Amino acid sequence: MAHAKARPANIALRLAPALVLIVLIAPVALGLALTFLPAFGYLPVLGGEHFTLAHFAQLFAVPGLAHSVTVSLLAGLVTPLCALSLVLLFLASAAGTRLERWMRLLVAPLLAIPHAAAAFGLAFLIAPSGLFMRLLSPELNGLSSPPDVLIVNDYWGLAMSAGLIIKEIPFLLLMSLAALPQIEPDKRVAIARSLGYRPCRAWLMTVVPALYPLIRLPVYAVIAFASATVDVSLILGPSLPHTLSVMVLQWFNDPDLGYRFVAAAGALLQLGVTLGALLLWRLLEGLAAWLGRRWISRGERRTGEVVLRTIGQVGVGLAVLISIGGVAALLINSFAGFWRFPDNLPSAWTTQAWSRALGELALPLANTLLIALVSTVFAIVMVLAVLESEQRAGRRLSPSMLLLYLPLLVPQIAFLFGLIVATEFLRWAPGIKLVIFAHLIFVLPYTFLTLAEAYRRLDPRWAQLAATLGASPWRIFWRVRLPLLFAPCLTAAAVAIAVSVSQYLATQLIGAGRVPSLTTEAVALASGGSRGIVAVWALLQAIIPMLGFALALFLPRLLWRNRRGMRGLN
Amino acid sequence: MKEHHLHLDKIRISLGGRQLLALDADIRGGEVVTVMGPSGVGKSSLLAYLAGFLAPVFEASGLVRLDGEVLNELPAEQRHVGLLFQDALLFPHLSVGGNLRFALPAETLDKAARVEQALNSIGLEGFASRDPETLSGGQRSRVALQRLLLSEPRAVLLDEPFSRLDAHLRREVREFVFAGLKAAGLPAIMVTHDAEDAEAAAGRVIQL
Repeated sequence: MAHAKARPANIALRLAPALVLIVLIAPVALGLALTFLPAFGYLPVLGGEHFTLAHFAQLFAVPGLAHSVTVSLLAGLVTPLCALSLVLLFLASAAGTRLERWMRLLVAPLLAIPHAAAAFGLAFLIAPSGLFMRLLSPELNGLSSPPDVLIVNDYWGLAMSAGLIIKEIPFLLLMSLAALPQIEPDKRVAIARSLGYRPCRAWLMTVVPALYPLIRLPVYAVIAFASATVDVSLILGPSLPHTLSVMVLQWFNDPDLGYRFVAAAGALLQLGVTLGALLLWRLLEGLAAWLGRRWISRGERRTGEVVLRTIGQVGVGLAVLISIGGVAALLINSFAGFWRFPDNLPSAWTTQAWSRALGELALPLANTLLIALVSTVFAIVMVLAVLESEQRAGRRLSPSMLLLYLPLLVPQIAFLFGLIVATEFLRWAPGIKLVIFAHLIFVLPYTFLTLAEAYRRLDPRWAQLAATLGASPWRIFWRVRLPLLFAPCLTAAAVAIAVSVSQYLATQLIGAGRVPSLTTEAVALASGGSRGIVAVWALLQAIIPMLGFALALFLPRLLWRNRRGMRGLN
Repeated sequence: MKEHHLHLDKIRISLGGRQLLALDADIRGGEVVTVMGPSGVGKSSLLAYLAGFLAPVFEASGLVRLDGEVLNELPAEQRHVGLLFQDALLFPHLSVGGNLRFALPAETLDKAARVEQALNSIGLEGFASRDPETLSGGQRSRVALQRLLLSEPRAVLLDEPFSRLDAHLRREVREFVFAGLKAAGLPAIMVTHDAEDAEAAAGRVIQL
C-alpha cells in the first residue's frame, strides 16, 4: 500500500523485483558477452588480442559439425512437439475422469526424477541387452545374444529425444494443470458439448487456444533445454559425432587451452541453434493456429474422437510406464549379480555396487544437499519478496519481470562458458559458493514459475480482512498469507530442490570439476561405468528430489490435520 | 459506551474518467446506513475506499472522517474500520480461539481470558480450540462478528453480509449483527441488494 513506512524491511521489499532481475540477468548478460569476445578471438589471457573469424573457420571445419547441429535442432523441435501434443491430447481426453486424478498424483514424483536418472533408466530399458529385449528374447524373436544394433546413442539422436520427451511430459502437464483453473475449462467444454461437439474435440477447440498462451513460456524452456542438453546427450545422445553442446563442452575441457576459442565459437553457434529452434517453433505456432482455425470453422463435431483419445492416453501412459519402468530397471541393475543375456532377471543378486558407491558417497551427497538447500532457501525468499511486493503495490509487476525467465531460454553452455571466463578474470576460485550462485540462476525462475499463480490467486479478502482487524502488512504476510500458502510454498521448494539436484553443467563447469555432486558423478559414469554402479548413482540422484516432493505432500497434511478448511486450498 | 461518528464528505469515485458514485453522509453511532443500487455502480469500490484498499486504477476524492480524524492518508490497519463480508471468512489455518485472538490489539492484557469471555457471550463456551470448519453457519457468523468487535473498530462496513445465508438463518444473523453493532455504538454502512436487509437495518437508505 502507498503508505508503507520507510523501514529497512519495507525498502528491501520494494527493491526486491529489481534486485532479483539483476541477480538473474547480470550473469547471463555478462556470460554471453564474455562468450562473444573469445569467439571472435579476443581473450588476452590466452594470447587472443585481435578480433578474427579464424575460430569460426576452425569450428566449421570440424568433421560432422553439420550433423551435430542438425541433431540438436531436431531434438529442440521434436521434443516439444511430441511432449506438448501428447499432454494436450491427454488432458483433452481425460478431463474430469479418474485418469486425470491419477495423473495429478503421479506428476510430482515423475517430475522429481532428474533428467540424468531418467535417461539412464531409459537406456537400461531399451539398450540391446536391456530389459525390453530380455523380455522379448528368446521367446518372441529367437535371439540368444543381444542384437548388434545401435539403439541408445543412435546417429539421429532419437533415443535422446525419447528421453527428453519422457521427462518433459510431466513438466508440461504440471504447468498446464496449474494454469487450467484460470480459464475454466469445464464451462468451455460444457458449452461446446451443448452445441453437439464430442468432449475431446470440444476441449481441443475451446480450451487449447486459451491454454497455450499461458504455457508458452514453459514450452519455450523445453525447446531451449532440449536443443542444448548436455547430460541427457552424454547418456543417450549420438557419439559419432556428439551433439553440438557436448562438443563445446569437450573443447572447453581440452587440456590445450587454445581450444577455448573454438569452444566459444561453438557456444555461440549453440545460441544460434537454440534461437533458430525457437524461431522455427514460432512459425509452427502460426501454422498450427491457422490450421486450428480452419479445423474449428469447419464445424465438424464428431469424427476422430476415438483416435484423438487413444493417442493422448496411450502416449502419456507409455511415457509414465517407461519412467516407472526405468526406475525399476535401475533398481534391478543396482542389485544384479551374474545376469546371462536372454534371462529376464539376474541369476544372482548382490549389494556389491551399493557398498562400493556408499563408500564414495559422503562428499557428493553433502555437496548436493548443501547446494540444493541453500539455493532453494535463497530462491524461495527472493520469489516471496517479489510476489509480496507485487501484492503491496496492488498492481501486477511490470512486463520487464518477464526477463526473469531469460536463464531458461538461453542455452546454459552459451553463458556458463563466459561466466567462467569472468570468474577466472576476477580470480574467484571455483568452489561451492559459485556453484550455489550458478544453481540459483536456474532454480529461481522455476521457483517463480511454480509459486506465482498460487500467490496471485489467493483470495484478496483474506488480507483485506486481516488489515481491517488491525494487522500490519508484515503481520498479514507472516500470519495469514504464508500459512495459507504453506503447501504451494513447499511444492515450489520441492521443485527448486529437484531443479538444483538435476543441474549437471552448472555444477561441472562452474565448480571446475572440483565440486562433485550426485549428478556429476552419475553422468561421469555414462561412458564406461559398470551397470551396477551407474544404476546406484542414478538412483541416489533421484532419491533427494523424491524425498522433497514427499515432504511437500506430507507436511501440510500433518500440520493441518485438524484444519479441514486447509484441505484443497491449492 | 462512547459513541462514534463517521462522516463521508463529498466522496466521488470514478474509473477511467467516468464517475461511478457521489456520496455525502453523516452517520452516528448505532445507525446502519444502507447503500443500494444495481451491480457495477461502484458499491464495493465505496467500501474499499473507506476501508483503505481501493485499487489504484480508480480515482477517488472526498474526505472520510471518523470521530473527527481524517482517515484518507491512513493505511487500512490503522483506520479502525471493521469489515464484514458475505462469507464469515474465519481463517482456516487458525482455531476458533486463534481467529478471535488474531483480532485483539497487540497490547491487550490476558488475551486468553478475553477470547474465552467473547466465546461465552455468544454461547460457544469451550470452543476455543475447535477447527472453524466444524462450526455451523450461524456459529461462524457469530464468531466473525465477535472477531470484528474484539478488534475495537470505530466504524463498520458490511458488504452484502447476509446474501450467502439460507433464508431461515438470514433473519437470525441479521438480528444479532445489528443488535451487536448498536450495542457497541458503531456507525455502519451496509451495501446490499436485498430490500429486507435495508428494512431490518432500520436506518437511512441511499439509492445509487
